[in-house]
Amino acid sequence: MSNVFIALQDTDEARPIIEAILADNPQSQLTHSPAMVKIDVPNRLVIRRERIEEITGLPFDLQRIHVNLISLSGHIEEDDDQFVLSWKR
Amino acid sequence: MSIDLKTREIKPLRHTYTHVARLIGGDKPATRYQETLGAQPAANFHYRPTWDPEHDLFDPSRSKIRMDQWDDLRDPRQFYYATWTMARARQFEAVESNFAFVESHGMLAALPEKIREEALVVLTPLRHVAWGDNMNNSQICATAYGAAFTAPAMLYAMDQLGIAQLLTRFALTLGDAAELERGRDAWLRDPTWQPLRRLLEDSFVITDPLELFVVQDVALDGLLYPLIYEGFVQDKLVPAGGAAVGLLTAFMSEWHEETVRWIDVVLRKLASFSSENATTLSGWAEASIARAKEALAPVAARALGEKAPAVLGDAAESLQRRLAKAGLSV
Amino acid sequence: MDTRVEKKKLSLRERYHLMTRGLGWEPTYQPTEKVFPFTAYEGIKIHDWDKWEDPFRLTMDAYWKYQGEKEKKLYAVIDAFAQNNGFLSLTDARYLNAIKIFIQGVTPLEYYAHRGFAFAGRHFRGEGLRVACQMQSLDELRHTQTELHSISVYNKFFNGFHNPLHWFDRVWYLSVPKSFFEDANSSGPFEFLTAISFSFEYVLTNLLFVPFMSGAAYNGDLSTVTFGFSAQSDESRHMTLGIECIKFMLEQDPDNVPIVQRWIDKWFWRGYRVLTLVGMMMDYMLPKRVMSWREAWEIYGEQNGGALFQDLGRYGIREPAGFRDACDGKDHISHQAWLTFYTYDPVAAFHTWVPSDAELDWLSAKYPESFDRYYRPRLLYLREQQAAGTPVANKNLPLLCNVCQIPMFFTEPGDPRRICYRESVYEGERYHFCSDHCKSIFDHEPEKYVQSWLPVHQIYQGNCFKPGTDPTAPGFDPIKAVLDYYEINNGRDNLWYDNSEDRRNFEAWTAEARGN
Repeated sequence: MSNVFIALQDTDEARPIIEAILADNPQSQLTHSPAMVKIDVPNRLVIRRERIEEITGLPFDLQRIHVNLISLSGHIEEDDDQFVLSWKR
Repeated sequence: MSIDLKTREIKPLRHTYTHVARLIGGDKPATRYQETLGAQPAANFHYRPTWDPEHDLFDPSRSKIRMDQWDDLRDPRQFYYATWTMARARQFEAVESNFAFVESHGMLAALPEKIREEALVVLTPLRHVAWGDNMNNSQICATAYGAAFTAPAMLYAMDQLGIAQLLTRFALTLGDAAELERGRDAWLRDPTWQPLRRLLEDSFVITDPLELFVVQDVALDGLLYPLIYEGFVQDKLVPAGGAAVGLLTAFMSEWHEETVRWIDVVLRKLASFSSENATTLSGWAEASIARAKEALAPVAARALGEKAPAVLGDAAESLQRRLAKAGLSV
Repeated sequence: MDTRVEKKKLSLRERYHLMTRGLGWEPTYQPTEKVFPFTAYEGIKIHDWDKWEDPFRLTMDAYWKYQGEKEKKLYAVIDAFAQNNGFLSLTDARYLNAIKIFIQGVTPLEYYAHRGFAFAGRHFRGEGLRVACQMQSLDELRHTQTELHSISVYNKFFNGFHNPLHWFDRVWYLSVPKSFFEDANSSGPFEFLTAISFSFEYVLTNLLFVPFMSGAAYNGDLSTVTFGFSAQSDESRHMTLGIECIKFMLEQDPDNVPIVQRWIDKWFWRGYRVLTLVGMMMDYMLPKRVMSWREAWEIYGEQNGGALFQDLGRYGIREPAGFRDACDGKDHISHQAWLTFYTYDPVAAFHTWVPSDAELDWLSAKYPESFDRYYRPRLLYLREQQAAGTPVANKNLPLLCNVCQIPMFFTEPGDPRRICYRESVYEGERYHFCSDHCKSIFDHEPEKYVQSWLPVHQIYQGNCFKPGTDPTAPGFDPIKAVLDYYEINNGRDNLWYDNSEDRRNFEAWTAEARGN
């Protein structure tokens, strides 16, 4: 099984996204680099809109991830409610 | 309390890049716009494109038009990516609130059925015109010469995609997805639209990027925008109870007014370089205005009835005045 | 009327579909193959353009909104950095040589990508694929411009930044990235996407951006971190375009598999060779280091690349032919490149140096297999000569590989004591290569690579002197004449860091700023 990963800027705005990933992907491995946070997860990583909204208390448009995204791996599936990275679709 | 910032003026060694200094007449502080000029590689190309082995990758001889300094084709709006993007973001915030306003204030329900129908019939097929426009300006960006001119062409292409999507949203707001099908069907089959579609398809095979610029941006857009968004929407629909249509398409008039400034400056620069350029451009302009007028005539008739020839004639006249000011003779 | 009021909210996918698909149409007044003349000649078979999966579903209004926000933030940082002489808080002015390589060698590539994706965005058939390409064209224009803008402040105070576009078209080492991208832009649209979107963006770009930007963060270069990460956020969209394009071609027809495989082999190796410059930058040019080239290669090359090619195995795609040799090179290429650049610094528009003792120890720790054995002694020799006032400069111009255009300094896989030479004869002429993979790229398409504008050949043929230069005049100095053609300011842009104006200025400015 291979990892997928996502890397986000280490900013205030990205924090709820990072928290949401950690909450919804129990196998997350978090690495801090200067100005960057990288999260590796075996096989599949999911970002759920509702989780972010729970954390921030505000409505969140998943396309907003673009503003803080640095890099990723795996295949992407994006809809209104979740953003998924995985191997094998 | 005064704070000593302890900063000190450090004298710079130079003010801008050498290639920029050459374009702006010496080493002096350059604007952000000026620092985007001259970005195209220009010498010692390695391989001829397999898709065009007659030319170098960037090659001014793809056009009949000659210039000695292509980066002289400056954009009077001084757009670079950031200023353009932020300008469009602001404009689309306004578009967004216009849609919200129209939807929340019952303006749609108040829209007379006849106006709604007319607006959809005329405006929905224009999605495809905008897409063709997007193709042509992508082509201009890909094959014309020099960053000063090709960059605004790409911005223009993406503006056209934005307009195609705005028209899509317009049709979905006044109707539903079936409207898109109806518009597409008219575009492909209704005789009203065939001369225009034919014009666009013929433009897709033009290989001279500046000829394409004249055919598309100068002639077709130069007639289409005044005809549709002034003659049809503002002067006909809005006074007849179609304020909502005017509000939802306000961006197009604003956009046209803005881009015309770029187009006219480019034409003037090209034409003033040599009389050969002026002659070539005038020839292209004359032919393509005549062709565009012809192609738009049935659309104008559909939109404006018997007033069509007068409105189209006015649009052509004002376009000709623009071109005369730019140094073309048409 | 009721139906108009009771409208159900469209999902992202439906909305994007309506907004993009269906805008285009099959031409009937002109033959399709005249309107889209470039979709067939590469041999890729597409049966259904509608099967294209949109990677990200951004409409222009959302694009403008998010990109506008990014730009606002970015330019606020660039302004603040310039206004406050932010460069004074850099760890060391040596660091800036990494940024010189960036603006000289990478920024022009962004520009090529801008034009290349405009071409692809016009000439593919399906609307989804074209819109993705067009947005990328726009993003690449953004990157060119934001890089010129954020590096502008360095140009005002340091050498080696002032003429990047002119250098890019002429200077010997810059023909490496230049020929790489021109190779892609001169290919057909499918190969272009495989080259840039897949092989470069998806497989290799993390190796370029992530170490560069983390390095910038470590070394106090807020301006570069900001533009870098901001640009990289677009890159995620681009990478996705790359993987979707590969899957699209592979799923459309089994006949596409061998063509795509050959492109992957070629472009993996082409990209890997260009990244030699990045490896050198990471191991030698950052005063505070983030990770070694070897470590970065292991994470982003071996682990990610490995996962990817395992995944693509279901289509019959195997790892690129050069993958093993690239892994073998991870202990060597950065050192070999740095040693070469050091001895050619008289003709390069950036500075090199011999690392300090602490830095040599770091390299030993990071490269236990190779550094002390092969490279430390040579660096120590260079240091000795420099201290004696006789820095080692190579006066003979190097033989270049005819494909990647890097001087022939790479060693045989498995034998770091022997330079790797390969050659082919084509139409009676002999051509030289640095590796099996560059040779095989040539052998497959010799008619393309015989066109290479090889800087060293061009110098010998007298094509790299300013008009009016007389090479037969007494006392003619060819190096000076070439520098003149390059517009490299001799003694300011080139030569070693220790005696550079950059160093003197930086030390004086920071001493004053800190001593105040």
